[in-house]
Amino acid sequence: MKADIMKKFLLALLFVPVTLFAAGGALELDKAPNVQGDQAALQNGAKVFVNYCLSCHGVSFVRYNRLTELGLSEQLIRENLMFTADKIGEPMRVAARPAEQKQWFGVTPPDLSLVARARASEEGSGADWLYTYLRSFYRDDQRPTGWNNTIFANVGMPHALWALQGQQVLNAQTHELELAVPGQLSPTEYNKQVADLVGFLVWAGEPGAGFRKQLGFYVLAFLFVLFGVTYALKKAYWKDVK
Amino acid sequence: MASNSGYEKYKSDGSIQGKALEWFDARFPLTAMWRSHLSEYYAPKNFNIWYVFGVLAIVVLAIQIITGIFLVMFYKPDAALNANGIPVAFASVEYIMRDVQWGWLIRYMHSTGASAFFAVVYLHMFRGMLYGSYRRPRELIWVFGMLIFLALMAEAFMGYLLPWGQMSYWGAQVIVNLFSAIPLVGEPLSLWIRGDYVIGDATLNRFFSFHVIAVPLALLGLVVAHILALHEVGSNNPDGVEIKKKLDAKGVPLDGIPFHPYYTVKDIVGVVVFLMVFAIIIFFGPEGGGYLLEYNNFFPADPLKTPLHIAPVWYFTPFYSMLRAMVWPLFGLDAKLWGVVAMGAGVVILAFLPWLDRSPVKSIRYRGPIFKILLSILVFAFLILGFLGTKPPQYAFFGVIPGAPVAQILSAYYFLFFLTMPIWSKLDKCKAVPERVNFK
Repeated sequence: MKADIMKKFLLALLFVPVTLFAAGGALELDKAPNVQGDQAALQNGAKVFVNYCLSCHGVSFVRYNRLTELGLSEQLIRENLMFTADKIGEPMRVAARPAEQKQWFGVTPPDLSLVARARASEEGSGADWLYTYLRSFYRDDQRPTGWNNTIFANVGMPHALWALQGQQVLNAQTHELELAVPGQLSPTEYNKQVADLVGFLVWAGEPGAGFRKQLGFYVLAFLFVLFGVTYALKKAYWKDVK
Repeated sequence: MASNSGYEKYKSDGSIQGKALEWFDARFPLTAMWRSHLSEYYAPKNFNIWYVFGVLAIVVLAIQIITGIFLVMFYKPDAALNANGIPVAFASVEYIMRDVQWGWLIRYMHSTGASAFFAVVYLHMFRGMLYGSYRRPRELIWVFGMLIFLALMAEAFMGYLLPWGQMSYWGAQVIVNLFSAIPLVGEPLSLWIRGDYVIGDATLNRFFSFHVIAVPLALLGLVVAHILALHEVGSNNPDGVEIKKKLDAKGVPLDGIPFHPYYTVKDIVGVVVFLMVFAIIIFFGPEGGGYLLEYNNFFPADPLKTPLHIAPVWYFTPFYSMLRAMVWPLFGLDAKLWGVVAMGAGVVILAFLPWLDRSPVKSIRYRGPIFKILLSILVFAFLILGFLGTKPPQYAFFGVIPGAPVAQILSAYYFLFFLTMPIWSKLDKCKAVPERVNFK
């Protein structure tokens, strides 16, 4: 009886740290729509990336022919997306060299292959961070680029998607972002474009993630059967242990 | 003919394979080793679930060595930048993840295996504390085990530098800098370890060498010593009863059963259950919420950009908390030095358990309430210290209870538990230990 109480006490102690993880959190991030598995969205994300990002940021760990996993044919990739390489097996890198970029911009724009994994935190997934970030640029005359960002203070990058979103300003009273000059897209359309782009970056962070999860079910099914067999074997052997 | 160890040599039954075995056994102690370590190694029949973690540690060791061999075929310890401006070492890990056939699986097995190793070793050590497995005559097994734990910490620390991410880089920077706190020799010592004024290519290459050759060799040798010492004195059990005291007519312990086949078939079940947990992590959550693979480590190492918060991986965090708890410059020496002393002592003090524990009984089953309560608090303290070690020093529970003084109190408790153990372990009201083990 006493041992039982002690065991329960020990178990209760074990769970204390788990409940503590729930505490904390400073950045308020918007939840990014999950578009993994939606090929049309990911293809669109790849298109937005190539048109608006790839001039400065590479995803150099993704080869062009890997985009076939998004349902694109090699010919489609060659004709519509492959502007920085000659061969389909080459990585999606920027046309400029990193040293040249450093000369032009002062810093080399980072490779974005893993940005969706690196930006994850307790506040949210890397996708949430990117989705919020790309919708949080506002005009700031104090900055050399003319742009600032509410979740990345004094960001070095100008708002590359401003033509699509338009120009936001930060209301000094409410500290809310307001759309001062509309862009080519409505806010809803813009959010969709950003969601697709973020979806592409999540995919690029680990293109094999979908297959990994699928395979996991087969592996677990096998282990489950193996458990049955090994447990029966153990029972059979231990019958005569008295 | 009897062998040196007293076991009969194998006699052929006349078949081809029988003759081959006889030839082999005459020249190598095959039968003797098989019998003394497996088929005639008598283990207590009352092992419970806690006794599976030793075997699991061997399984994880094998996983780490085999996956490690394949990773070394593709990994490049090189801090120089490639054509895309990314460090070669960092890029080679992503090459393994994306372009090497099944490379992602091998790498995730290795990265998850590191955490799994510590998980099973911590549980294995806790088993030793529950049932007094370190007590006479098993002190040396415990000491070998502690050396394994030290080697494992070195192995994990140096392995963590290899992916050359931000946390790899800055974590190594912080830990190697700790050596500079040692008076007089500190600065040249840390310079000597790094091979440079900052963590750099020289550091990466020597850590690679240690991680792949030196430390695994030591680890394997220590594991062999750990098991040989265990088989010399025999296994303890949840009752803390010495089964060798009650023998049958043939000299076999009455409560002992041959390790093979009984515990081999039982352990296989445990291994399969472990593999299920392992597979769930690898296939569905290899980052472990940022606790197994830190998110920041997906940024390549940048010597010019110090992260806001540098935290070691979870398995070092209890000791990291003890390091941070020391904020007083005692006796005119830097507080940092006392932090290093506290962290080191936190690990080393465990090695003295066999001599700190003065209880008349081994197992928690027959110990009194003092041990049960103090040990429960120790587990609680260790977990909270571990949790706090993952957080910045200014962390507060629920935003109100500051973490730093909590870490100091719990660190003090951790040391007091061991330092006062010779007193309270004697005072405890223990129950009578049975003659034979309990078996349902």
